[in-house]
Amino acid sequence: MADVAIERSSAAPPQTARKRSSLRTALKRKSTAAFLMTLPLILLISLLVIYPAFYSLHLATLNKSMQRFVGFGNFQFLFKRETFWLVVEQSCIFAITAVVFKALIGFIVANFVHNIPAKGQRKWRGMLLVPWVIPPAMSTLAWLWLFDPSYSAFNYLLAGVGVDRIPWTGETGWARFSVILVNIWFGAPFFMIMYLASLKSVPDQLYEAAAIDGANWWQRTWYVTLPMMRNIIAITTLFSLIVTFANFDIVRILTSGGPLDHTHIFATWAFRIGIEGSDIPLGASVSLFMFPILAIAAIFILRDINKRGNEA
Amino acid sequence: MSSKKLSRRQFVAATALSSAALISAPYIRTANAAGKLNIGFWDHWVPGANKASTELVNQWAEKEKVEVTIDYIPSQGSKNTLTIAAEAAAKSGHDILAMPTWWPHAHAEQLEPMNDVVEALIKQNGEVNGTVKYLGKAGDKWLAVPACVGSQIKGPCSRIDLMKQHAGIDVQAMYPAGAPPKADAWTTDAFLKAAEACQKGGVPFGIGLGETSDSVDTVGAFFLSFGAEVVDVKGNVVVKNDNVRQVLEFYKKLMAFLPSDAPAWDDGSNNRWLVSGKGALIMNPPSAWAVAKRDAPKIAEQCWTHGFPVGPKGRFAPFLPYFWGVWSFSKNKEAAKSVLMHLSQPAAVEKMVAASGGYDLPAFEKLTTLKTWAEEGPPKGTLYHYPNPHKHQLLSISASPAPPKIAQQIYTRATLTKMCVRFYQGEPMEKTLAWAEGELEGFMRS
Repeated sequence: MADVAIERSSAAPPQTARKRSSLRTALKRKSTAAFLMTLPLILLISLLVIYPAFYSLHLATLNKSMQRFVGFGNFQFLFKRETFWLVVEQSCIFAITAVVFKALIGFIVANFVHNIPAKGQRKWRGMLLVPWVIPPAMSTLAWLWLFDPSYSAFNYLLAGVGVDRIPWTGETGWARFSVILVNIWFGAPFFMIMYLASLKSVPDQLYEAAAIDGANWWQRTWYVTLPMMRNIIAITTLFSLIVTFANFDIVRILTSGGPLDHTHIFATWAFRIGIEGSDIPLGASVSLFMFPILAIAAIFILRDINKRGNEA
Repeated sequence: MSSKKLSRRQFVAATALSSAALISAPYIRTANAAGKLNIGFWDHWVPGANKASTELVNQWAEKEKVEVTIDYIPSQGSKNTLTIAAEAAAKSGHDILAMPTWWPHAHAEQLEPMNDVVEALIKQNGEVNGTVKYLGKAGDKWLAVPACVGSQIKGPCSRIDLMKQHAGIDVQAMYPAGAPPKADAWTTDAFLKAAEACQKGGVPFGIGLGETSDSVDTVGAFFLSFGAEVVDVKGNVVVKNDNVRQVLEFYKKLMAFLPSDAPAWDDGSNNRWLVSGKGALIMNPPSAWAVAKRDAPKIAEQCWTHGFPVGPKGRFAPFLPYFWGVWSFSKNKEAAKSVLMHLSQPAAVEKMVAASGGYDLPAFEKLTTLKTWAEEGPPKGTLYHYPNPHKHQLLSISASPAPPKIAQQIYTRATLTKMCVRFYQGEPMEKTLAWAEGELEGFMRS
């Protein structure tokens, strides 16, 4: 069969033959095959992500009744609103604090789990992943009851030891603390599992060499573990930052943005304005603010990873 | 294959014969002879209430030979408002959609006028209250048909025993079952005194000051009873006025007697407050009482639903009507109007009210004295005054009389509640008013 094909191709004019053979080579190339196999997914993502993104851009340029083009009018309006700046502030506090603590807790717990003998490790890994596996809306409902101002288990325990009840979701500072705490509880296991996978890939020889050089635990962590995990830390942080910034369910269920709008983040405020307030263009404008902030974070983090990749 | 040519004369004769056969043949209507209808109803929280709506629609569909599909859409998680927004944007979806409070006005341009249906129903069932007109009508156009299912008043539900014991008020004597109220002494001052007494007695009133509907509705009724408008009927921001100052002072006094965590309350908090036996009064439709009937019968036996206290400018109670809207892009508008007419007949309304245990409220005046409210208990007659049978209070909605599209913003952003909380937490009065003015000016976008 192959002979026949060669014979036929040799009979064809030289230019066509070259084209066919280059097509065949291209098809045989792994990258082309991979591209063709991922093409349906690329098309699906284009349809489900790019179209809504452009549609929300279009919506953000319309007036409240969606009948008139107002250009950047919605954005100009938002810049003048006190609540908008409150939302920007809370979104940053919420995302940065939660990601920092998730990373820190994830790193510490991953190190503990890594040092558990292999036999019992699987059990611990499974248990520690539970908060991440439960749907966030469900687990947040449980937290809502724990934080309930009048009947919460936390306040019951506090009262038991003679401490005053805490208005967990009723006072600005405590409400901010509560939503961040639940986000950390939900997201830390993700960091833990990523860091654990990364820790397992650090060659033991490096630690042995460090030990021979007389490095203590802190020096081993600082000069061996962290540099080896740097890319994973960066990618996990970026991913978590995006997800945390765009969080909706935790805040929505726990505080609905209150008290006095102090726990609203972009997604919940966009929902309040766009869907509950029937001002879809303004809601779309609010949600679009997440894009440039996350894009800048992504550029910096990915550029750093790329640079290190090239150096390697 | 053989072919036979028809002459012109033969063709005419054959056509005439077949036409005659068609005309004389008996007409058989199929199950969907009058087309299809797609309805999106509100998913009722009372078990069995949806069944009544389904039966009524099926009864009509069978008679009219329309193929009907019903979706029950929950309000939990704002699923129903999301559906409304999505269908309005897509210009496609259900033919009829249940719309709460503000949504007919929010989509006024996309709704089919319902004047013929509503005007006929008013002739039949009596006038509708002012809030229904305010929310369901734009100019001369009826945007939607007032729905019995889901409509509610959020009035006080008091504990008979605790109010007697701590505040010296006999709520049953004040609002006797089967008779007009004797509530002249039930003023905002008396309300404050009762709140203070109950707080001292360890059973404070459970009134939320959060950002959800129950809190916003209650504060709205008190604002109106003090004549405190923040945006007037023409859409002017008028928040810096003495009536607003007066109601803020009133709320500051009241908040001192409420649970300290009231600013964090949601719509479930007051229900739990009553059912757990911690408080003497909440502001709610009879849902909390219905739950108490199941979970805490001894508490339910002591509950009495009654009217609001009267303020310097009148007695107002929050009324939240539901509507059935027909999209202008509906494919079967005539069938939609016909089924809505069927669902608004007195017998249908009576069936729906009974199925909801008296929770649902028709907007038409001749339908506010159904036997369900007189007979429901325990205690018997607890719901008698719930539908406002003696019109002793004006049914209102928070943020009215501002134009509905502005009022919706005030309502959903809980501006009135926030004003009370800010002032109570120590912000100077003029600063609170200036903050509110800024917020309200932002709601003027068109």
